[in-house]
Amino acid sequence: MVALIPLLPFLGFLINASVGRRVSKSVSGAVACLLMIGAFGASVTAVLAAHNAPGRFIQETVFRWISSGDLQIPLAFRVDPLSSLMILVVTGIGSLIHIYSTAYMHEETDAEFARYFSYLNLFAAFMLVLVLGSSFPVMFVGWEGVGLCSYLLIGFWFRKQSAADAGKKAFVVNRIGDFGFILGMFLIFVTFHTLDFQEVAWRVSTWAPEIAVGPATIATLLLFLGATGKSAQIPLYVWLPDAMEGPTPVSALIHAATMVTAGVYMIGRNAVLFQHAPITLAVVAGIGIATALMAGTIGLVQNDIKRVLAYSTVSQLGYMFLAMGVGAYTAGIFHLYTHAFFKALLFLGSGAVIHALAGEQDLRNMGGLRKALPITYWTFLIGALAIAGIPPLAGFFSKDEILFRTFAHGNRIMWIVGLLTSFLTATYMFRLVFLAFHGDRRHPEHPAHDAHPAPDAHPAPDAHLHDAPPAMAIVLIVLAIGSIVAGFVGWPHAIGGANRIERFLEPSFEAHQMAPGEFQVIEGRASRQPRVELAAGVEPAVPGSQAVDERREIELMLLSVGIAVAGILVAMAFWLRNRAAATRVAYRAAPIYTLLLNKYYVDELYDATVVQPIKKLSTLLLWRGIDAALIDGAVNGVGGAVRGTSAALRRLQTGSIRAYAASLFLGVVVILGWYLMR
Amino acid sequence: MVTLNHYLILSGLLFCVGTAGVFLRRNLITVLLSVEIMLNAVNITFVAAGRYHGSVDGQIITFFVMTVAAAEAAVGLALVIALFRHRETLSPDAFTSLKW
Repeated sequence: MVALIPLLPFLGFLINASVGRRVSKSVSGAVACLLMIGAFGASVTAVLAAHNAPGRFIQETVFRWISSGDLQIPLAFRVDPLSSLMILVVTGIGSLIHIYSTAYMHEETDAEFARYFSYLNLFAAFMLVLVLGSSFPVMFVGWEGVGLCSYLLIGFWFRKQSAADAGKKAFVVNRIGDFGFILGMFLIFVTFHTLDFQEVAWRVSTWAPEIAVGPATIATLLLFLGATGKSAQIPLYVWLPDAMEGPTPVSALIHAATMVTAGVYMIGRNAVLFQHAPITLAVVAGIGIATALMAGTIGLVQNDIKRVLAYSTVSQLGYMFLAMGVGAYTAGIFHLYTHAFFKALLFLGSGAVIHALAGEQDLRNMGGLRKALPITYWTFLIGALAIAGIPPLAGFFSKDEILFRTFAHGNRIMWIVGLLTSFLTATYMFRLVFLAFHGDRRHPEHPAHDAHPAPDAHPAPDAHLHDAPPAMAIVLIVLAIGSIVAGFVGWPHAIGGANRIERFLEPSFEAHQMAPGEFQVIEGRASRQPRVELAAGVEPAVPGSQAVDERREIELMLLSVGIAVAGILVAMAFWLRNRAAATRVAYRAAPIYTLLLNKYYVDELYDATVVQPIKKLSTLLLWRGIDAALIDGAVNGVGGAVRGTSAALRRLQTGSIRAYAASLFLGVVVILGWYLMR
Repeated sequence: MVTLNHYLILSGLLFCVGTAGVFLRRNLITVLLSVEIMLNAVNITFVAAGRYHGSVDGQIITFFVMTVAAAEAAVGLALVIALFRHRETLSPDAFTSLKW
């Protein structure tokens, strides 16, 4: 039954990929949406079943996939609290985005429409394999599959050069991360002789945490390299902003709510392993907070509505990695879950704006949309409040949890940078809101347009300025409600809540659940080695400390809310009240502004240090050197040698019979003479 | 007393005559005739050596050589006729169109 969850969207992919082009848009859209909703239903059933099962999880082996000596990998799916949450998010948000897409992609042709939905379904299927897989290789199948779908969907409008390039960039950058993931996987197999998540956690839980660099540290660092690729962290984040070339619902589903969180999920899935590699955890936290700050500052000055959201996503993912790095796995996954709601909402809201403005994405050409697009405006505002961390919206609980855990972890610098990022988040989000929805309507300048007026061809942009159509509006409203209430499951103890999500998720991050006894029941295999008691003095790997100073927590909460409000007020002062001031500041601090606008020149840096050297190497060494000189040289050389020898030897063919006869005669004489003289 | 050496000397002389014919004559038919002389010189050697060793092998080989020579003469003369029809000449130096 668990296998049904990824199979349903996969079926949708098969249907839409095979016959989609022959049926109308409503049929292919309905097939895709219904199968996603079916998958959501199956997920709910599976989650309930897992919740009531002994040990709070169910595992289903579909078939024995790889069987080679030591290596035994069943294609098995596992529903435990962590994957429960993930499949609900993937199928739930996924269904909403499918529904939204039926309206958003309506202007495509039937064939393109079906192609879009087949990719979207395939993505959902792979994402579900990724989160349900019970071992590294199964996860890796999903991991690569979502990468493929991401590539296909970023480059969905592949006739546009920039979209095709962005897809390629995403694919290549992800390849670097996947390389690390594979190596990490190999190292784990060599070290633990298994690739099953539970067994790895079980075996590593008998170790002492690795103070020096050892196999666990190296393996987790390699896995984390994979996570930086998939989840767009320094140094591999560069593909995500470019990925905005894809259709907006794709940005919402893949590049905000689900796929990019795969890295965070992967660390959560291997929490016990990472817990035994403190060096890796420090790296994870450092990279996370650095990415959060850097992306936040870039987001402050971007002018493309989707790019602002993209950098915001990178920044929020940085928060999640910060949580993972300080051992607050629950907080990280909690933020992943709330972020899925409000970031999907924000992206879909920006999609509604782009849809209404017929493709306009530049914030400088928007403004004053509040009255024309009321539903979009209000839902977008809720999303912005949620991401800024205003209570009691979803973002507040999860972000505050992360900041509090970071504080409790004892790293004050990271905590302060986290607060600063929180301020930046509120500022850039409300800059976006004010620039897009408030003020006066600004129009793009079209000098050519005025010179040749064509009344019927190009009506004024505002002529068809309409709010989101019903399918989009409903989704926006549902997600807005989600952004308000999703956080309540994590209502902290300090202000009278139960923090149910923490209790719910906790078992997934602990090793003792993976006792071999339970394994026997599930797998029905022969006995395993008895449980080894933890060595004395070794802390049991239970992430997250329970020592909570509740008063301190409330103080910190007030502080972070104050900072978020301050961020909004700053945005209000600059972009609502006095835009001239914002321009003046940008003019005064021109070097910084240019640096941020050009995204710290990281793309240029990568181009200069990686892309161009590889191009040079390929041109000079591989092409001119190896291919043209060596290989072509060898092939042409053989031909040339034969030709040269022939040119010499053909002189022997004089055409004179006497000369032939003489050589024959001489030859006989020489051979006979040699025999006689011997 | 005629010994084996006399036969071999005769054979050698005939062979030299044939060889000289092949090299020196400018007529393809004469060249073919010279080749026949060379073959028969060899035949004499075979027969003489066979007689000397008291075996019939030499005579048997001679019959083979004669048969092959007959076939060769037939083919060779046919070629000569065909060549003559093309070029109106039988000089071996005239047929050099396949040379480099």
